[in-house]
Amino acid sequence: MKNIFKNLFSKKNLSRTISFLMVTLAYILIEVMMNTVGMSRLFKSLLVPTCCYIILALSLNLVVGISGELSLGHAGFMAIGAFTAVIVSGLTLTTVTNDILRLIISVAAGSIVAGIFGFIISVPVLKLSGDYLAIVTLAFGQIIKSLITNIYLGIDSKGLQMSFVTNTLNLEGGKMLLSGPMGATDTAKISNFTSGFVMILITLFVIYSMINSKYGRAIMSARDNRIAAESIGISITRTKTLAFVVSSILAGMAGALYALNYSTLQPAKFDFNTSILALVYVVFGGLGNINGTIISTTILYILPELLRSLQDYRMLIYAIVLIVVMQLTNSAKVKNYLEKLNKKFFRKGAAE
Amino acid sequence: MNPVLEVKNLGIDFGGLTAVNNLDMEIYPNEIVGLIGPNGAGKTTVFNMLTKVYNPTRGQMYLDGTDIEKMNTVEVNKAGVARTFQNIRLFSKLSVIDNVKVGMNNHFEYSLFDMIFHTRKRNENERLIEEKALDLLKIFNLHELKDVEASALPYGAQRRLEIARALATNPKVLLLDEPAAGMNPQETEDLMNTIRFVRDQFNIAILLIEHDMSLVMNICERIYVLNYGTLLAKGSPDDIKNDEKVVKAYLGD
Amino acid sequence: MTFLTYLISGLALGSVYAIIALGYTMVYGIAKMLNFAHGDIIMAGGYVAFYAFSKFGLPSYLCIILSIAVSTIIGVIIERLAYKPLRQASSLSVLITAIGVSYFLQNAAQLMFGSDTKIFPAMLTEGSLKMFNGQLTISYLTIITIVTCIIIMVGLTAFINKTKIGKAMRACAEDKGAAQLMGINVDTTISVTFAIGSGLAAIAAVLLCSTYPSLSPTLGSMPGIKAFTAAVFGGIGSIPGALLGGMLLGVIENLTKAYISTQLSDAIVFTVLIIVLLIKPTGLLGKKENVKV
Repeated sequence: MKNIFKNLFSKKNLSRTISFLMVTLAYILIEVMMNTVGMSRLFKSLLVPTCCYIILALSLNLVVGISGELSLGHAGFMAIGAFTAVIVSGLTLTTVTNDILRLIISVAAGSIVAGIFGFIISVPVLKLSGDYLAIVTLAFGQIIKSLITNIYLGIDSKGLQMSFVTNTLNLEGGKMLLSGPMGATDTAKISNFTSGFVMILITLFVIYSMINSKYGRAIMSARDNRIAAESIGISITRTKTLAFVVSSILAGMAGALYALNYSTLQPAKFDFNTSILALVYVVFGGLGNINGTIISTTILYILPELLRSLQDYRMLIYAIVLIVVMQLTNSAKVKNYLEKLNKKFFRKGAAE
Repeated sequence: MNPVLEVKNLGIDFGGLTAVNNLDMEIYPNEIVGLIGPNGAGKTTVFNMLTKVYNPTRGQMYLDGTDIEKMNTVEVNKAGVARTFQNIRLFSKLSVIDNVKVGMNNHFEYSLFDMIFHTRKRNENERLIEEKALDLLKIFNLHELKDVEASALPYGAQRRLEIARALATNPKVLLLDEPAAGMNPQETEDLMNTIRFVRDQFNIAILLIEHDMSLVMNICERIYVLNYGTLLAKGSPDDIKNDEKVVKAYLGD
Repeated sequence: MTFLTYLISGLALGSVYAIIALGYTMVYGIAKMLNFAHGDIIMAGGYVAFYAFSKFGLPSYLCIILSIAVSTIIGVIIERLAYKPLRQASSLSVLITAIGVSYFLQNAAQLMFGSDTKIFPAMLTEGSLKMFNGQLTISYLTIITIVTCIIIMVGLTAFINKTKIGKAMRACAEDKGAAQLMGINVDTTISVTFAIGSGLAAIAAVLLCSTYPSLSPTLGSMPGIKAFTAAVFGGIGSIPGALLGGMLLGVIENLTKAYISTQLSDAIVFTVLIIVLLIKPTGLLGKKENVKV
């Protein structure tokens, strides 16, 4: 028993333990609050999206922080996951009546399809490196959004019908699943905060399992030094593909969760800005830092909503926060000061 | 006895410039061989060709009789060639022990399924990896620093860690590019002993580039001398010391 | 004949992209950063020209000069305040800062000018040139746009190659450390680069808004992304590359809109970009960088 405890808080596993504890405590706290003192409508409406963005940011951190490649199109995978889930959920609406089961099926489908696209896209993307790789991910993000915006998909007694660019569907009864730029309409809302919490746990579990395995070490070695990694027999393409695919699966999961929380959802939601937003969360949390990502996503996602009373000024303040934090975290003066503070603190600790 | 590494007529051109030409070289099992020459003689280029970082323009390379000329860097390592770099290339953000562990990736197999579900196979393999990594670190006296980030290590320790990492890949031939560069005499002395120990313990051949002549003359059984990309001389340390051409190349006319 | 019309208007659109792409490519070449706020400088330039013309009734040439001046100042101020302290920082920190600056400019504009779309006046020229018995119609604006782009390209190339500061820019692009040792003031050089890029953005703004006469705080984002794509397309860091990339992008975009689908034009443009990068990984005119082992 004592050993397990020691192991959980060892230097190697501390971050993992903190992640799971932090997320679980936050969940319990919020659940208790909801059931006792209650919670404002606004705050409740933020719970599931926050979970989604945490998963999205964690998945992006796998590519940017742990694999070391800049991706500017992550919202594309989120979109694929989202609309796949909407379609699957719409198709199984009558056959699978249990909401939880349908949620699981839809989310699984969304994740898998996003993963497949992640694999297909990784083939050309990983042939490039640096800023060129980044621009190609941006391009793919735009292409995915643009394609989904042009899909019209409906179901009626004759089965599944689809048209592209213009809506030529002539449904007899039945319903539209995707309506071009209008996206998904009339989706059954089946995701909730608890499912969001569970999916964050799954994400954390996958990422930590990866980091503490031969696969994770290979990915990080390819990030730190390509040539050295190859010299010890690590195939760069293979490891980077793995990181990219797992990341797109998780991003797809985030999208699926997100889509099933709203009755309507437009493809335009998953544009360049969403990809950039996720990147901001990751950089703020610290590259490769999982707990940092969770905290920064929560704060940065909720912050603009809390600033709602300031109305027009909120995004301006948000922008200033971004700039100022980047200046501070990169300033030598601030770094020195923090180090001094750190030393002072530790010396005090040692003296006692 | 057959050579473990054999190079015939090896050469490479960069643009119109011939960097290495007509190089023949044999390394026999369990041998420590030196590759020396003035700056710019093409020593590191030879390493880069042997590990397929560069593609030779002409010539053949065999490892244990297998043609490695058509392989890429990753395959060459899997076949049994490991190296260190002149300008240290560690995985700077990884811990010391993880730097070594990642070297063993091709020798311990478990699937992604095992990884996610923490199966017994995964746990057993990880335990073995950890054990073997610690053993290697002990040889290089790095075990107490195992959880330190590699970039935080002092210079000499970084060089030793690079050798440990290369050894983790279970090579038949180890290529060391200036292993003693930047070390003080005491560290160099320790390194020499370690290199000998490694050769005996792991039963491997070692080819090393070095500018520290005392080290080269001390531990190398044979020496190849490169000058302007071509072989100037080869032989035992004593032969090389007394070779007129070599002396001339080093001291100038 | 209709094909020719689409081609020529594509070249005009491409000229605007090329002028914007120059800003990206020069800044990238010298400061090695992706200046995501560059698109929003276009927006700023557009608003300045709009107010100068519509509210203060200044003559067009003064509006353009004012627009260039204000954009240049904004560009330099941004560089000094936001980017300069981050010279040693990771490229991602700089990228996030640029995103912050972009948000800042967009929202500041929204506060100052409102989020409604304004109709940009025809301040340059109206009317068009008719050729081949009226079968081919080219607006004067199109001609002005293409000619402006060509003049800028020629002028800039001369500037980079002939003047002292131009040579300093090339030296900084090659190796900032060595340039500093040779007595080049790197900070000034980078500021000049931002100034030129921002001034060009203002010119692009007037041309763009005259062609598509609607002005809003987010005006710059999409042309910004497109121009960035154009810069990469041509090989980022290369000035002729920006011209080539911009022109190609404009033509491809216009032709797909005309012959394939308006809705899918973005998807097709980006697909072409991906294909180009797969064949030439550093863009059409980009230089390959060698890593020393």
